[in-house]
Amino acid sequence: MRSRLIKVVGVVAASATLALGASACGGKSKSGGGDTVTIGFMGDLTGENSGLVIPPKQGAQLAIDQYNATNPKVKITLKTYDSQGKGEQAVPLAKQAITKDKIAALIGPTFSGESAQADPVLEEGKVPNISSSATNAALATHGWKFWHRVIGNDNVQGTGIGEFISNSLKAKKVFVINDSSEYGKPLAETVKATVTKGGAQTSEDAIDVQASDYGATVNKVKAFAPDAIFFGGYYAQGGKLIKQLREGGVKARFLSGDGSLDKGLAQGAGGTNADGSVIGCPCLIDPSGTASAASKKFAVDYKAKFNADPAIYSAEGYDAATAYIEAIKAGNTTPEKINDYLSTIDKPGVSKEIKFSSTGEPTATDVYVYQVKGDQLPLLGNAKNATVK
Amino acid sequence: MNNLFSQFWPYTIDGLSLGAIYALVALGYTMVYGVLRLINFAHSEIFMIGTFAALGTLHLIGMPANVGGFALVGLVLLLAVAGGVASGGSAVILEYVAYRPLRRRGASRLAALISAIGASLFLQQLFARLVIPKAFGLPKEKGALPVQGHFAHKSDVIHIGSFELSNDKLIVIVGAVLMMIALDMFVNRTKLGRGIRATAQDPETAVLMGVNIDRIVTATFALGGAMAGVAAALYMLRFEETRFDVGFLLGIKAFTAAVLGGIGNLRGALVGGIVLGLIEMYGAAVFGSQWQDVVAFSVLVLVLMFRPTGLLGESLQQARA
Repeated sequence: MRSRLIKVVGVVAASATLALGASACGGKSKSGGGDTVTIGFMGDLTGENSGLVIPPKQGAQLAIDQYNATNPKVKITLKTYDSQGKGEQAVPLAKQAITKDKIAALIGPTFSGESAQADPVLEEGKVPNISSSATNAALATHGWKFWHRVIGNDNVQGTGIGEFISNSLKAKKVFVINDSSEYGKPLAETVKATVTKGGAQTSEDAIDVQASDYGATVNKVKAFAPDAIFFGGYYAQGGKLIKQLREGGVKARFLSGDGSLDKGLAQGAGGTNADGSVIGCPCLIDPSGTASAASKKFAVDYKAKFNADPAIYSAEGYDAATAYIEAIKAGNTTPEKINDYLSTIDKPGVSKEIKFSSTGEPTATDVYVYQVKGDQLPLLGNAKNATVK
Repeated sequence: MNNLFSQFWPYTIDGLSLGAIYALVALGYTMVYGVLRLINFAHSEIFMIGTFAALGTLHLIGMPANVGGFALVGLVLLLAVAGGVASGGSAVILEYVAYRPLRRRGASRLAALISAIGASLFLQQLFARLVIPKAFGLPKEKGALPVQGHFAHKSDVIHIGSFELSNDKLIVIVGAVLMMIALDMFVNRTKLGRGIRATAQDPETAVLMGVNIDRIVTATFALGGAMAGVAAALYMLRFEETRFDVGFLLGIKAFTAAVLGGIGNLRGALVGGIVLGLIEMYGAAVFGSQWQDVVAFSVLVLVLMFRPTGLLGESLQQARA
């Protein structure tokens, strides 16, 4: 997930764990031995952002229950760790999972901030981990051997949305706005670079998240008269921005990234102002199962089990669990063997092909686009081939 | 630069309407400073309460949608009354709870300042944790999110070339200026106003002349609060959205406007607000929106270097002219 937490603490926490973890991890973390293997799931299960974490947890639960129902030789139990999305809670929980619970593998942590702090502990404890939703690009740059994710990072997202603007919308003039945040600024820059490569003329501006009047930005957009506007930032500002742009008479199509993938965008914009806006996300949310046969089956099974539609990151949670299930099916039950298997895995998942590069990033670069209609955000399709109506 | 020239009128209109709201809020800072020599940092929360009073009123009358024309003027008038009463009332209560006990015991001005900051934080959290979730039926953790109330149908009243003036901005500018004129007349023409000026000039002599200081202070807070309430109604017309910390940045800007125009001076607040609004917009046009605050505060520093008492000079009594 987007990193809102400050990550400096991570370095301190990491070096502290090196000292603490060394003695604890001397013994091999054999998990269960014969019949069952324990896989952990870590994320904000009860806090204010739990709405982003419960769906991937349920996705993982579904995959594991389906696997156990086939009566395999080795069964899997899912153990949850409620980090509240906070690094300072994720770090001790990770230690507990490694030394006390001796988990074989972990799904999560779900957010980028907590990942930056807990991942070094997992690396030290040699426990493979796959995040379903931590999208900060820098996580892949630490040379971690046990870290993976099944979601495209913010750069992948920016490129995907940028190509959608160039190829599908065929926009010749693009106005790019960012919210000056650690998430929004690089995302907007990637989109800008991509559409520039696609031959579009660009202009840009940055807003202050605290401000209520975006009049200056609106006037700049008016002067530039673009075909499309991209905003890198969160829905609270995105909604206000759409409202003020429309009130200022700007009719160009509005696009944004996963930070704006929320009903709050349309509510903030008011009335039908946000209608037709396109929101990109490396995540697949496809309750009607239009993306693929696998997605259709997943949506039906998910609905049958939880009596709710698949929501944000549930398909990614399912895919992360599937990666471990495949490893265990192939006879790997220790953390290190599972990790070795992950470097060679190549299986079709629900959201994308499950295959990792040497850094732990998914090799698939699928980005999905959603189009605002009322306060709903139905899936439009894969950014590579979707067209707006 | 090109932006500024090609879109000169839109920037100017935006600056004026933003500045008008700053100016109305700045009045509260300036009046309280004039009378008590106190910077009432909780004034930004008085403004916040006004926005919620306006939003609550909208809900009470069944959340009208797409109101335009003269009906909109009437509706804004109603919201202004609701906001003014709520904010004025809260300001009086605030003074009674947070400042009067300190004043009675002869506490230092610094103590009152800390009390003001405390009251500001208290009110913010009270709204985020309790009032907003309760009033709008939201789950507790959503109290910190913005709450919307879309009611206005915005359309251009005048549209000549690049000069376009929408109905909401027109109401904001005209409404704010009318309120300022009314307040100016009140302070200069009535007995209570004379009491306020006398207290600002010399509190001790004013008491000797038979002015009831407590009554004057209450009146000052009520008037300043009411102006913030009217500003809140105009803000709701313009942005149709509020949240628990809506007053924070706006309060700082309004306080800046008060200092820029000359704190303690009513007309200074008007000049300061309008000038600050325009500088912000023009600054954003030339340097980019992320620089608008930097430009505004740089200008503030420059002005204070050459005119330490602000554009129009400091004291309230000089506003008599």
